[in-house]
Amino acid sequence: MTMATISAKDEAPVFYQLDEHPHAEGSSTMLGFWLYLMSDCLIFAILFATYGVLGANYAAGPAPKDLFDLSLVAVNTAMLLFSSITYGFAMLAMVKGRVAQVQAWLLVTGLFGLAFIGIELYEFAHMIHEGATPQRSAFLSSFFALVGTHGLHVSFGIVWLVTLMVQVARYGLIAANQRRLMCLSMFWHFLDVIWIGVFTFVYLMGMLR
Amino acid sequence: MSAKTHDTHTAHAHATHDHHDDAGHGTLRGYLTGFGLSVILTAIPFWLVMGDVLGDKQLTGIIIMVFAAVQIVVHMIFFLHMNTRAEDGWNMMGLIFTVIILVIVLAGSLWVMYHLNTNMMPQHDMSQMP
Repeated sequence: MTMATISAKDEAPVFYQLDEHPHAEGSSTMLGFWLYLMSDCLIFAILFATYGVLGANYAAGPAPKDLFDLSLVAVNTAMLLFSSITYGFAMLAMVKGRVAQVQAWLLVTGLFGLAFIGIELYEFAHMIHEGATPQRSAFLSSFFALVGTHGLHVSFGIVWLVTLMVQVARYGLIAANQRRLMCLSMFWHFLDVIWIGVFTFVYLMGMLR
Repeated sequence: MSAKTHDTHTAHAHATHDHHDDAGHGTLRGYLTGFGLSVILTAIPFWLVMGDVLGDKQLTGIIIMVFAAVQIVVHMIFFLHMNTRAEDGWNMMGLIFTVIILVIVLAGSLWVMYHLNTNMMPQHDMSQMP
C-alpha cells in the first residue's frame, strides 16, 4: 500500500483509516453470544461422546430399562417444548413493545422451565433412592454428568430469566434489555436443541438397548 | 487497496447494523410452524419406542436418530432463526465449524473406543478374576 502511494505522484494523497471504526453499543453481542453457544455445544459434544463410550458399562448395576420412565421423559420434553414456544411469544410481544405481555410470557416460560427442573430432580431423586447413584457405574456417571449439565444450564437460564423480568420491570424494553432478551432467547432455544439429543440418544436409545 | 475498499467496508458495516434490527425475532407463523413440526417430530419417536411399533430395535434406532436430526434443523431454522445472511454469514461459519468438531469428537470417540473395547475384551474378563 505504501509503494502505491509513493509511485502515484500525480494522484491526490490517499489516507487510510487504521483505527477500528466505531461500532454501535452491543452491535457485536449477538455474534459473540452465538459463538459462546457454539463453545457450549462443544461441552455437550464431549459429554455426549463420553456417554456414548461409557453408556453400556453397567458394572452389573441397573440398565436404562430398569431406571428410565419414558412417559415422565415425554412430559419433560413437552415442558421444554412449551417453554420454547412461549419464549417465542415473549419475543414477538417484545417487537411490538408490549411490556405486560412480555412479562406474562416470560413468567409462563419460567414456570415451564421450573416444571422441567422439578420433574428432572424428581427423576434423579427416584434413581438415587433406588441405589442408582453416579458412583454406581460408568453408565450412571456419564448419565448424571450429561443430563445434570443440561439441567444446570436450564436452572441458570431460569435465574437469568427472572433477572431480566426484574430489569424489564424497572427499565422497560430499552435497547439493552431487548438485546439481553434476544441472547436469552438463543440460550433457551439452544437448550431445547440439546434436549432433543438427550431424549433421543440417552432415553430412547437407552430403552432400545 | 484504496479508499474504495474502505468505503465498501463501511457500507458493509452499516448494512450489518441495519440488518441487525430486523433479524432474530421471527414471526408468529414461523414459531407456530416450528412448534407444530417439533411436536410431530417428538411424538413419533416416543410412540415408536414406547409402543415398540416396528419390532426391530436397530431400525427403530436409526429412524429416531433421523427424526432427532430433522428436529434439530427445524429448531435451528424456526426458533434460532439460523440463516446464511445473519451477521454476514459468520453465524453460519461458527455453526459449520462447530458441527465439524462435533462430528470428529463424537464419531472419533465412538469409533476408537469401540475398537479398543473389542480388542481389549479378553484381557479384562471380570468373571475370571479371583
